[in-house]
Amino acid sequence: MNLASSLYFARPEIILSVAALALLMVAAWRSNASKLISMLSVAALVAAGVWSAHLMFSPSFELGGDAFDGLYRMDAFGSLSKLLIYSAAAISLIIAPRFLSNMGAMRGEYPVLVLFAVVGMGIMVSANDLLTLYIGLELNSLAAYVLASFARHDERSAEAGLKYFVLGALASGILLFGMSLIYGFAGSTDFTAIGKALSGEMGMGALFGVVFVLSGLAFKISAAPFHMWTPDVYEGAPTPVTAFFASAPKVAATALLIRVTITAFGDQTFVWQQIIMVVAIMSILIGAAGAIGQNNLKRLLAYSSINNIGFILIGLAAGTAEGVSAMLVYLAIYVAMTLGGFVCLMQLRNRDGSLREDMSDIAGLSQTRPALAAIFAIFMFSLAGIPPLFGFWGKVVVFNAAVAAGLLPLAVIGIAASVIGAFYYLKVVKVMYFDEAKDIIVVENDRSLIWTGALLAAFVSPLGYLLISPLGQLTDKAASALF
Amino acid sequence: MNAADFPILTTLIVIPAVAAIMCLFLRADGARLIALIATLFNLILGVWLWASYDPSYGQWQFQESVMLFGPVGWKLGIDGISLMLIMLSLFLMPICIGASWRAITDRVGEYMAAFLFMESLMIGVFAAQDLLLFYIFFEAGLIPMYLIIGIWGGKDRIYAAYKFFLYTLLGSVLMLIAMLWMIQQAGTADIPTLLNHDFPPEAQTWLWLAFFASFAVKMPMWPVHTWLPDAHVQAPTAGSVILAGVLLKMGGYGFLRFSLPMFPEASAQLIYLVFVLSMVAVVYTSLVALVQKDMKKLIAYSSVAHMAIVTVGLFAFNQQGIEGAIIVMLSHGLVSGALFLCVGVIYDRLHTREIDRYGGLSINMPKYALFFMLFTMASVGLPGTSGFVGEFLALAGTYQVSTWATLICATGIILGAGYMLYLYRRVAFGEQKNEDAAAMPDLNRRELWLLAPIAAVVLWMGVYPESFLRPIRADVSKIVERIDRAAPDGDSALLADDPAMKGYRVQRAEHGDKEGSAH
Repeated sequence: MNLASSLYFARPEIILSVAALALLMVAAWRSNASKLISMLSVAALVAAGVWSAHLMFSPSFELGGDAFDGLYRMDAFGSLSKLLIYSAAAISLIIAPRFLSNMGAMRGEYPVLVLFAVVGMGIMVSANDLLTLYIGLELNSLAAYVLASFARHDERSAEAGLKYFVLGALASGILLFGMSLIYGFAGSTDFTAIGKALSGEMGMGALFGVVFVLSGLAFKISAAPFHMWTPDVYEGAPTPVTAFFASAPKVAATALLIRVTITAFGDQTFVWQQIIMVVAIMSILIGAAGAIGQNNLKRLLAYSSINNIGFILIGLAAGTAEGVSAMLVYLAIYVAMTLGGFVCLMQLRNRDGSLREDMSDIAGLSQTRPALAAIFAIFMFSLAGIPPLFGFWGKVVVFNAAVAAGLLPLAVIGIAASVIGAFYYLKVVKVMYFDEAKDIIVVENDRSLIWTGALLAAFVSPLGYLLISPLGQLTDKAASALF
Repeated sequence: MNAADFPILTTLIVIPAVAAIMCLFLRADGARLIALIATLFNLILGVWLWASYDPSYGQWQFQESVMLFGPVGWKLGIDGISLMLIMLSLFLMPICIGASWRAITDRVGEYMAAFLFMESLMIGVFAAQDLLLFYIFFEAGLIPMYLIIGIWGGKDRIYAAYKFFLYTLLGSVLMLIAMLWMIQQAGTADIPTLLNHDFPPEAQTWLWLAFFASFAVKMPMWPVHTWLPDAHVQAPTAGSVILAGVLLKMGGYGFLRFSLPMFPEASAQLIYLVFVLSMVAVVYTSLVALVQKDMKKLIAYSSVAHMAIVTVGLFAFNQQGIEGAIIVMLSHGLVSGALFLCVGVIYDRLHTREIDRYGGLSINMPKYALFFMLFTMASVGLPGTSGFVGEFLALAGTYQVSTWATLICATGIILGAGYMLYLYRRVAFGEQKNEDAAAMPDLNRRELWLLAPIAAVVLWMGVYPESFLRPIRADVSKIVERIDRAAPDGDSALLADDPAMKGYRVQRAEHGDKEGSAH
């Protein structure tokens, strides 16, 4: 494996790193160029995305390839995950500048930090070695900690950053401990080698290693019972940052979890399947039950993301290519829904321009701002998985994979629990549509928000069903790269 | 010109959907007009559809298939049963729009849009030939109905809207899992193919129960009927009409389309579950209806009792029972819809549904009293009205399977006469004890136009039911043929040589031919 091909395969990360470093310099010398830096960052993401698409679709890379002596793996799975991550990150960058400048918090470092986080995520999804995994994860996390406290003068934001950092460090520690155990028992940090070494009867030590690694990763995807940080961080961080946290890093961490479980622990299905099943059901239940009492819409969406991770993990519990493909479909739809939800939240502003994020603020929104209310309602119904909205399709494929793998009890419990989740999504619709109008929210004039919201709503509307075939082909291709 | 040369089912679905989107952007008057035009135009298309339908040929006609959505095929097609239910929906929709013409003044565009979306989805449910497509239409109806009840409903509308939504959703999600399993087992989601696929009997029981969870809630059957009185009472008049008229029929349609032909063994095995729940429903909800003080609640409970007659008829496993059940569904759709309209007429004048606030209306509202009486009688099942034909056939069919179920369910007709006549007496007869009720004007021309067509069809169905039985006969025969292998033994078969019966036995050579066409 020569260096040239390694660099060729890792080109998306290289593009983003170079762009991020260059833009950091611009940000350092030009304090008022933050909008330009945002646009250039989006351009860098597009370039990296084009390169990933090239790697994914070019027939000469059909089988993928290893780079840097097997530390880094280029395959369709990684490339598709990166495309999802880049799209989510680009949307988070597009919606942010005006919003943050209204808050007085927009600085050139914001897009740069997002780019660094994205580089970390790219490495995460391509990691084929515990060390690459860790480096990617930490690169992403360090950037994320700073982003969470980006609104420096806001106490809640600073608190969110600190909380995220402390708990994130703890999770990283757990992960590292698990990795060292695995390394000790498998004798290698390479996923494929671990997979070979861990076949057959599994010792207690290696089992502990698996449990710790999965726990650490469960923290990163905010799955229950490692979800406690999520509502606080989501509430405290500035909303565009929260939107970013709920989308791109979720995709990256989930993809990483998939690759670790399937490639490294693939033969030990019995060991991790139970863990994943319990985590999935707990996430669905806790995500649903926890959201019911929430009055803050950002906290509500935080619980919603916990809930959704549960559904995504049901696909992983199936442990089949079909299940992985279903997870990617769900992730794609989830990213659109959750970004859309946050875009709607960002448009909630009262007359003196301050942000509103409580349930009572959107009372009767359908009378004062019908278009915004309709779009928000579409996202809520879609998150609840009610057909004909596209969120339903995500649930169908995931449960279909579980049924195909013979996990009927899991599917039945999971889908019955989704009804609990429907309750609080309906509550948002109820407040907007059934309650007396309060006329708090004024008309938003940020075009980027209006347009992104409308486009994402179109994606999760029944029009999205037209994309079922192409999306399914992509995710099938990506999933088959792992098996 | 034949409607088969033209994608008529898609057109029927698309027209209301497009009109709904237009309504969202229009002012009140424009929205009303667009909604009325769209629903009337759809009704005309529906008449054309019926005229082009070939009753001798049976299933499946007007088939369309486009694989637009990957594994979810846009596959549509109808048989006679679907045709009748689609006609029911198409017929009731313009009436619903008319009923809301003056009653709804708030957010008219959204209201009309919700109703038009509802129409699209109802037609989709009855025409879908792909399992997942069916599920999508079936479930999607929750959203507009949730909004209709929640925005334009009565005092407790929010509780009712939640209850309606969550109850039906919980019932349906289990069906989704069952559907996914079936699609994998059979390798196709195509309903006509699945109708002839034999699922292993031990799996059938679970699948049947999963479907039952959904359809029993939708139907609704005792004891999962409690959402219905709340939803009916709180919904606006037109919402109640469409809920009673069409949405409840989706449960019966589901039993007929899925539970019976796809799981015949399980249906036979669990037949007494259905019978017992239905028997309880008939007696219990009829008695509950007797003591209601709220008119809409009374009619809602009577719906549960009538739907129980549908379920026993459907699970009679014979031609008579199933045909009767379908006619009860159609008749109940018309009659309970009309009764809700009758309640709506006086509600619009006095803004209360309490029975005690009225009285002696036949003096100041003679036309109204006449229509109300006709629909009361039809609900009771008076011969000459649609109610009689269906209930008689359904119970006659049930008798061949279970004499006890027939006995108990037949009391529903007596109890039905009790609560309906009692309602009518209190509202229309007696002295005019409330001055404001005595001062109410009689039906205006718009209300006359709403009630007269339903009255005409109710009488038509009562006097000449053959028009409605002909399209469904071939399809019901196919279902009966399919489930015959599992048909349970009846307890009413004559013993071959019962000495006590000897003197009464009449030998009839053509007995065998008569069965199945006892109309």
